[in-house]
Amino acid sequence: MAEHTYHHDNEHGAVAEPQTKAIWRTFYILAAITALEFLIAFTMPHGTLKIAIFVGMTIVKAFYIVGEFMHLKHEVKTLIWSILLPCIFVVWLLLALLMEGGAIFQAR
Amino acid sequence: MAATAATDAPAFDKKTWMGGVEPMKASYGKLMMWFFLISDTFTFSALLVTYGLIRFSYPAYDPAIHGEFKFSQLYWPIPEKVYEAVPFLHGVELPLVFVGIMTFILIFSSVTMVLAVEAGHRRDQPAVEKYMLWTIVGGLTFLGSQAWEWSHFIHGTDEGTIIREIVNGQWVERTVFGANLTENQYGPPAFADLFFFITGFHGTHVLSGVVLNILIFYRTATGLYERRGHYEMVEKVGLYWHFVDLVWVFVFTFFYLV
Repeated sequence: MAEHTYHHDNEHGAVAEPQTKAIWRTFYILAAITALEFLIAFTMPHGTLKIAIFVGMTIVKAFYIVGEFMHLKHEVKTLIWSILLPCIFVVWLLLALLMEGGAIFQAR
Repeated sequence: MAATAATDAPAFDKKTWMGGVEPMKASYGKLMMWFFLISDTFTFSALLVTYGLIRFSYPAYDPAIHGEFKFSQLYWPIPEKVYEAVPFLHGVELPLVFVGIMTFILIFSSVTMVLAVEAGHRRDQPAVEKYMLWTIVGGLTFLGSQAWEWSHFIHGTDEGTIIREIVNGQWVERTVFGANLTENQYGPPAFADLFFFITGFHGTHVLSGVVLNILIFYRTATGLYERRGHYEMVEKVGLYWHFVDLVWVFVFTFFYLV
């Protein structure tokens, strides 16, 4: 009977069971990483290693938010790359201008 | 009815764009939201890259040269020394605790948003309403926390910081409390400027996100999406809300932690 492609079978009453396992798993990962960031912020001495760990953890968190919450992981490859490629250029800009900032400091 | 529905394609199918094809297998609205978000990414990147450039052009705090840390215009401050106040706990040093609470509030509101999207897939109207409300509550709590943080930052600590400057050719000492766009007790004025611009721009995004969420909640509660047959608007606004959370993850790391 129901041949309409964009209408659900359960028009009234019967609503499907929630599928929230992956969502909560992602939340626990994000919460654990944030808690770990706090631990590192107050136990590790300042330095390049600490900054590298923070940047790495931020990228892991971004991966889970964009991939799972924003569903990008499950989109087609073309869409994933159209989002990811511009961001890689942004990282390039960031590194270039950090070095530029260091040069300004030297010149002052 | 069933036979005609099977053979005759509907004149307009929401699954395809008007020409009958769907680039990147995403609906028009979702794809345009993605492209808006990538342009917004550039704006926020510009702000954070500017922060990096200016920070690197100032001397960093070095215990060997500057001695014990105190607020000074001579070097870039350590964020955890600046953001250590928590509401109702006046005078207690709790570095980054309040920012941490704000981070968890935003992550949690992101979770309730994705739960609303999931409920929308199942066309579970009461669940969508419930989770949208929680998301709105989370967003408003975050905005309130940010208002408190700004207020504290602007008014400053009890002691203030003594600043030496040249006025009419004479060295003058004066105590500065808090920060605005031209003077800053915590460090160089550029630090306060960047704080106001970066967290302010993010806060504006949270505010518009809350307004959109309220609109979506209203339209869900009045049954518009149920009549339309799908809850795609929840997904599109959800993308925006997650993006706001994502930006905060980066602001948290690059402004508060590093």
